[in-house]
Amino acid sequence: MFLQQLINGISVGGIYAMISIGYALIYSLLGFSNWAHGDVAMIGAYIGFLFFATAKLPFPIALIIAIVGAGLLSLLNERIAYRRIRKNNSPTMFLMIAAMGVSIILQNFITVTVGPKFLTYPDVVPVSTFKIGTLHIGVLDALSLVVVLLSIILLIYLLNKTRFGLAIKACASNIAVASVLGINVDAYVMLVFFLAGSYAGLAGVLLGLKYTVYPQLGNVSLKAFIASVFGGLGSVPGAIIGGLFIGIMEGMITAFVSPGLRDIFTFSFLIIILLIRPSGLFGKNVSQKA
Amino acid sequence: MSGYYQGLLILVCINIIAVLGVSILTGFTRLFSFGNAGFMSIGAYTAAILSSNFHVPFLLSILAGAVLAAFIAFLLGKLTLNLQGDYFLIATLGFGESVRVLFNYIVPVTGGAQGFSGISVIPGNQLLTVAIITIVCIAIAWNIISSKFGRNIMAIREDEMAARAVGINTATYKNFAFTTSGFFAGIAGGLWAHYFTFISPLMFNLDKSAEMTIVVVIGGLGSLTGSIIASILVTVLPEILRAASEYRMLAYGIAVVLIINLWPSGLMGYKEFSFSWFRTLWVSTKTLVRKIGAK
Repeated sequence: MFLQQLINGISVGGIYAMISIGYALIYSLLGFSNWAHGDVAMIGAYIGFLFFATAKLPFPIALIIAIVGAGLLSLLNERIAYRRIRKNNSPTMFLMIAAMGVSIILQNFITVTVGPKFLTYPDVVPVSTFKIGTLHIGVLDALSLVVVLLSIILLIYLLNKTRFGLAIKACASNIAVASVLGINVDAYVMLVFFLAGSYAGLAGVLLGLKYTVYPQLGNVSLKAFIASVFGGLGSVPGAIIGGLFIGIMEGMITAFVSPGLRDIFTFSFLIIILLIRPSGLFGKNVSQKA
Repeated sequence: MSGYYQGLLILVCINIIAVLGVSILTGFTRLFSFGNAGFMSIGAYTAAILSSNFHVPFLLSILAGAVLAAFIAFLLGKLTLNLQGDYFLIATLGFGESVRVLFNYIVPVTGGAQGFSGISVIPGNQLLTVAIITIVCIAIAWNIISSKFGRNIMAIREDEMAARAVGINTATYKNFAFTTSGFFAGIAGGLWAHYFTFISPLMFNLDKSAEMTIVVVIGGLGSLTGSIIASILVTVLPEILRAASEYRMLAYGIAVVLIINLWPSGLMGYKEFSFSWFRTLWVSTKTLVRKIGAK
């Protein structure tokens, strides 16, 4: 039973991790939590649905369109809503408020155009489970786990072994100095938003497949955000570990304590992290001297 | 006055009271909180439980709710105010959501997701009672801002380290601002419960907290009048535009993004309403007319 819940938890946690990665990337560059990120995932789910269920394109193509579309949306977000505030040197809190506004826009745009009904993806893979020993794993869960794993490996390669990754790490370290040293910071910010958005889009499609598609899908990003705080705001490995941890913890609480208490545990966990170690696992020390 | 307009005015008043607290916290101390709906919820449920189950008189139950909310704000502030801005925000967010989820869970006390109904109505002339309470709250808030407390929190807002260097105990005053915002939110919550006679944890969620903060930003960080005006606008406009109610939230989101990008100082910036404002308006109009005339 424990192992079963562990597998389930990892499956959900992987999806949380994909969204947390986006939070971490954006925070590491711009220093703010992009509340609209979860809604980018939601839009990814809708795009995938549009091309797969409505236009009846093959699933891999719909998936790619969703990923690219979500990435573009995230990039547009930055360009339209955040860039001017960033250039103005306004407090980062303003970026968060803009992000809130974008989140409201995205959710309600879908509500007034597509409608608030829950949509279900047609089955991509047979809805069955296969057994490994005594464990049951859903085919969909196994597949999404593989996809998540591959994406994370790709991201780690991108960040650590390419010049692109090096530039991002430079910007994350000190954006002003990176700009002085000749890195086109604006371009890299856009690229990072695109990257974060595409991962969110992938997560959105996976969530849509696993559950249903609805305008408030982005609210799951609150859990991903908590995961990101746990891992350390701005740290990608922290985001991954945080996402997996939150997914597993939620699975355990739901199975062994009570489903109704699940959210209380997650939010209490958040408050406890903030009280004991607000910088999370890999973040910087953030207490003021008071 | 028809019931509809009465109801609208009462809602406006309740929102003003809640926003007054957030204005002091965010506009005057620069502490952003996404959890004040949690304090409203505490105030609402406390007042409801006291007046329905224990037959405590109306005003007393509202006050009790507000005091409890303020006390919890005080405790939370002690725990979290030493965190940097972003993390304090996250902590308040976590708190607000925790309150919502907790109240959903403890069904025997709060009725859970089904809500708490059958709360007694505001006694006497509802609009008059609420309006008087609102005016009292505005007077209190204004007094706070114009007092030593107000000057100290504004000093903290401008430059915390300098404020500390001048001898202001920043921790105390920041917590004071936070506690005050909890108190006002508690009053608003109690009034909300007795006006709608039904409350559920969902009413006091992240959206409500965010809405209060956004209203303060729109009105101008550092202006009590700005917050009041913005609160009235945000409550009333959706009703006027009821025909396009589907697009209401969409327009609201667009408005937020536009304002924060183009007019970050909000409607009134740092300024309060005063008669000198009219004089400045008059002078600038005269200058403008003269310039146009000279061309």
